[in-house]
Amino acid sequence: MKHLLILGGGTAGTMVANRVLHRLRVERDFWRVTVVDRDDRHLYQPGLLTVPFGAATPEQLVRSRRRYLEPGVELVLGEVEGVDTARGRVHLEDGRVLPYDYLVVASGTSPRPDQTPGMAGDQWRRRVHEFYTPDGAVALHRRLERWLGGRIVVHVTEMPIKCPVAPLEFTFLLDDALRRRGLRAGTELTYVTPLDGAFTRPVARDRLGGMLEARGVQVRTDFLVDRVDDRRLVSVDDREVPFDLLVTVPVNLGADFVARSGLGDELQDVPVDPGTLMSRAHPGVFAVGDATDVPTSKAGSVAHFEADVFADNLVSYDRGRPMTRLYDGHANCFVESGRGRALLLDFGYDAEPLPGRYPLPVIGPLSLLAETRANHWAKAATQRLYWNVLLHGRPVPIPSRAPRREPAATGAAV
Amino acid sequence: MPVVQIRERAVHVDDEGFLSRPEEWDEDLARALAEQIGITLTERHWEVLRFLRADYADRGQTPTTRRVDVVGGVPVKEQFALFPRKPGRKMAYVAGLPKPHGCV
Ligand SMILES: Cc1cc2nc3c(=O)[nH]c(=O)nc-3n(C[C@H](O)[C@H](O)[C@H](O)COP(=O)(O)OP(=O)(O)OC[C@H]3O[C@@H](n4cnc5c(N)ncnc54)[C@H](O)[C@@H]3O)c2cc1C
Repeated sequence: MKHLLILGGGTAGTMVANRVLHRLRVERDFWRVTVVDRDDRHLYQPGLLTVPFGAATPEQLVRSRRRYLEPGVELVLGEVEGVDTARGRVHLEDGRVLPYDYLVVASGTSPRPDQTPGMAGDQWRRRVHEFYTPDGAVALHRRLERWLGGRIVVHVTEMPIKCPVAPLEFTFLLDDALRRRGLRAGTELTYVTPLDGAFTRPVARDRLGGMLEARGVQVRTDFLVDRVDDRRLVSVDDREVPFDLLVTVPVNLGADFVARSGLGDELQDVPVDPGTLMSRAHPGVFAVGDATDVPTSKAGSVAHFEADVFADNLVSYDRGRPMTRLYDGHANCFVESGRGRALLLDFGYDAEPLPGRYPLPVIGPLSLLAETRANHWAKAATQRLYWNVLLHGRPVPIPSRAPRREPAATGAAV
Repeated sequence: MPVVQIRERAVHVDDEGFLSRPEEWDEDLARALAEQIGITLTERHWEVLRFLRADYADRGQTPTTRRVDVVGGVPVKEQFALFPRKPGRKMAYVAGLPKPHGCV
């Protein structure tokens, strides 16, 4: 019996395990499918965005991983120590060894404040905060509750980060929350990014940049932080941004075992073919979700679209046939913009996010790149959709291909 | 895909001016591109450009500043000195590669 081993039981690992199981059932082929994760706590990460504003607690965002894995998928709890690709084995920290025929790395990416000098120092969780972890989001909530005014800096350390729109959403929601509490006039809000604008893709960048401006948020671009120095961000080229409260998104790195096993690049992401998601260096080893180096957003929607094609490809590969269902980089992201509205971005490797309509059965078409209430409600509904539909890997009636659109024409070079 | 004349040569560029056909690049063109953004190429610039070209040929993606540091051996701080303000974009521009994609 073939053994498929999946490292990581988060969004991507869960979807892929369930998808593969369905697919093999159709083929009347029965494999062992095993998922390894360090604990049985599946966190709905997009919900972390609302924790600093008191709209949710981390406990409301966590459910048992086991519950969302189809019967027939085995869950092993343990910390992955390393992969021995030569022998086809995975070593856990407690000494257990798991052999595999095919391996899927689905261990995600996580914030690493230790990578920036001064960031995780004595001001960590005092003046320097983040919201990408449950503890961080709770600590930030406490800090914001006591906020009376001063300088808040929202900061992206280095790209790529998972959910690249999250720091923008945080800024919009923060602006909204401060206004409602009458604290906005006494708060100077600054958005600091290593990019040359609010977002990477030109049309979305201009649209989102305009939204920051409209809210009186100052934007500092092309800022690559060198260190956090007491109450200042200092860039590599010696520019400074002072703050009273820093809300940063630290460098995101893939799991350490990826680097230890020689599977990773300089961000500990697994280099894969962008179409098939198979490791360039190790045939039979795949990566999905945030753990890959594919040039699209690191987002739950990406994991979903990848899982769509992955199961078919794995079966083809196993049968010695070419893998023909190529992933096209499709991603879509809702952007909460405050005041009960949200935007929707939809794009792929070669498709720019542009204004238009996005077809969604039942809920109806959504507006792309425009702030609407319908988008906000659709985003609010995604948590239920996530637990009840998406994780099961059942087909969902939304387009899985990236949109075909003409590339955007904008000016300005370097 | 727009075509522009650089030193009497027609090259294909994207809407932001980055070469869209890396094979149209050569060292003369690099000097012209560098000049357009106010950079005079030194030997150290060439080392960076050669790394970018080789890495792109190998992986099909424009390397990020982190990759030029960790894999190419040129510290980020030095990249800022060589290609001021926007090293990631400027390095790609002069090396005739697509705008860095790693920052989606
Ligand atoms: C604040 C925030 C907001 C977001 N908002 C959105 C959004 O609106 N829309 C959207 O699409 N996406 C959003 N995302 C991104 C989304 O959550 C991720 O892209 C998605 O979870 C990726 O899935 P994954 O399976 O690759 O990684 P994860 O879901 O992070 O799973 C990785 C798993 O691997 C396990 N693991 C790692 N290392 C080891 C080890 N050594 N041993 C054992 N287990 C290990 C971890 O425990 C984890 O369960 C958001 C993320 C954040 C942080």
